[in-house]
Amino acid sequence: MRNWLANHWFSALWLLVWMALNAFLFAQTFLTYEKSDNYYYTREILGFCNRTLRKPLDHNLTFHKLVAYMICIFTAIHIIAHLFNFERYSRSQQATDGSLTSVLSSLSRHEKHKDSWLNPILSPNTTVLYVTFTSIAGLTGVIGTLALILMVTSAMEFIRRNYFELFWVTHQLFVVYMVCLAIHGIGGIVRGQTKDSMDESHPHNCAQYYEKWGDDDSDCKYPQFEGKAPESWKWILAPVILYAFEKALRFLRSQQSIVINKVIMHPSRVLELQMTKPGFRMEVGQYIFVKCPSISHLEWHPFTLTSAPEEDFFSIHVRVAGDWTENLVRAFEQQHSLVPRIAVDGPFGTVSEDVFQYEVAMLVGTGIGVTPFASILKSIWYKFQHEDHNLKTQTIYFYWICRETGAFAWFNDLLISLEREMEELGKVGFLNYRLFLTGWDGNVAGHAALNFDKATDILTGLKEKTYFGRPKWENEFSTIATAHPKSVVGVFLCGPRTLAKNLRECCHRYSSLDPRKVQFYFNQENF
Amino acid sequence: MGQIEWAMWANEQALASGLILIAGGIVATAGRFAQWYFGAYSIVAGALVCLLEYPRGRRSKGSTMERCGQKYLAAVVKLFGPLTRNYYVRAVLHLLLSVPAGFLLATILGTVCLVIASGIYLLAAVRGEQWMAIESKPKERPQAEDIKQPPSNPPPRPPVEARKKPSEDEAAGGPQVNPIPVTDEVV
Repeated sequence: MRNWLANHWFSALWLLVWMALNAFLFAQTFLTYEKSDNYYYTREILGFCNRTLRKPLDHNLTFHKLVAYMICIFTAIHIIAHLFNFERYSRSQQATDGSLTSVLSSLSRHEKHKDSWLNPILSPNTTVLYVTFTSIAGLTGVIGTLALILMVTSAMEFIRRNYFELFWVTHQLFVVYMVCLAIHGIGGIVRGQTKDSMDESHPHNCAQYYEKWGDDDSDCKYPQFEGKAPESWKWILAPVILYAFEKALRFLRSQQSIVINKVIMHPSRVLELQMTKPGFRMEVGQYIFVKCPSISHLEWHPFTLTSAPEEDFFSIHVRVAGDWTENLVRAFEQQHSLVPRIAVDGPFGTVSEDVFQYEVAMLVGTGIGVTPFASILKSIWYKFQHEDHNLKTQTIYFYWICRETGAFAWFNDLLISLEREMEELGKVGFLNYRLFLTGWDGNVAGHAALNFDKATDILTGLKEKTYFGRPKWENEFSTIATAHPKSVVGVFLCGPRTLAKNLRECCHRYSSLDPRKVQFYFNQENF
Repeated sequence: MGQIEWAMWANEQALASGLILIAGGIVATAGRFAQWYFGAYSIVAGALVCLLEYPRGRRSKGSTMERCGQKYLAAVVKLFGPLTRNYYVRAVLHLLLSVPAGFLLATILGTVCLVIASGIYLLAAVRGEQWMAIESKPKERPQAEDIKQPPSNPPPRPPVEARKKPSEDEAAGGPQVNPIPVTDEVV
């Protein structure tokens, strides 16, 4: 627990502040309706009123989901509260007992006070359903809630992982939701007494004398009501502007010209694109969004940058994994003289940038998750070339886990050249890497066993032999902890959640309680 | 839209609608709203929809994640055979179930959601999709490293030639002629 707090204290603090703010705003608005005088008569009919508060901030995926859950919870509370309200309004409209509530409800039927009604159900014959579907608040409420429900059901993890396009398209309904939210309160159905009317006949003085309100000689006149101005637009204005700005930025960036310097086809249909764009700057491990208008005008797909910041171009490696990538690879395979145009948005940052802040770094990449580490390893090579003495990192342990190396032959070649470079520079202990092949069978293992005495591995050509199966993390962590007893070790993972859980546990277990001794910090990259 | 299976989304939507129907029904009944008996109906209809939709069907391509504890309900759903397998039936059923709840404001949201789910099921049925139960695979226990049997023919062993199977003629055997017949004891 203590280690978790050490790693995540900032986000925990931020979350706590945000939830406290939500709670405060809710309580404040609730108390206004509960206690404040200009809602005295409103409370008479309704008992109490509820209001939802939502603050859609879009910072990262987890926060987005948290906000979505809050929106759903508050929407449910809001709807249930208004259901009760409408029921009570309806009942008091039907009441004929001459009580305060029925007098208040009948205000709309007096010629002089038609506009200062309190009860939105204007006559005893009006049904609740009618008011819902003929008022702006009701209609926008129903449509907005429907949009929300459709967004939520198509965003369930099962649908999102397997039918991403359905999720993406349905999620664009957020525009409908936002518009409905902004105009939801325009009708001013929630009403409070006007200030003039309060000065004239304050409810504390006049509420008991409601039978005499119509008399000309009474001190108390009929109370006048006005609708509360809509407020939800104030909450969503800033985020909507930020979002619009980001979309405009993406459009502007897509208009910039990209020059494709080199196109390389690697084995197993992996396409490497080396590009330049004026004014493009990147850090290690970042990613970009790529659009190819000749394939689709609407689709932007994310790819990790596999080049180092020190190079004068930026590159991505694209593996065929669906319609769009298939079309892209095919378009370049055909080698037409007219190369398809590419639009790029980014780069966007991820946690891999922090690798060089640690003395010792443990990098774990599974399958396709090895791509950000290509960028990191290349950058390290360049730093050595330029003899960067500011490099804090002293040792790197790199674990590459995949089923088979076919699709990553390009990464294999990178490792081979790095291996050679390290030897030439005499820095053999700097980069320690292990490759684990999880998709092995008897033949592969047998073949490897027969060739065990060769200098290079038969599968990969690397000096370091390939291991079969999965790493035993306890052994790895304890070896590293023993080898670097006083260091801060950064553990970087790009891979599945189960492995993340495993590594996180190991980090907590092998971090020493003494802050001067070895500490493991876990960082995970999400795709 | 790629390889979308509409029934999967319809299933999520219908499950959500069932829950919304139950919630709206509880509000209407507990608050004793006017015509609250529609609310009572809505609770029952919502529960029925939830029970029917909880077991997720098998995807036609790829593996399917089961919902927690769904195999008991899945067995019951499977019993109804074509009534639950066919999505036209489900579309019509949901449409009919949703109608009475449409008379009450508290439950009308559930009605609209269920109608939408019914529409998506209709689309799925038109495209020939069907509800199929998820087959449970026998769980493969990951083998711990087996303790290998110790060698059954420890040294000293007779030389290689003697360990060969006695399929050839003894006279044609190697340079050594054994005075005592040597048997192959290697397992």
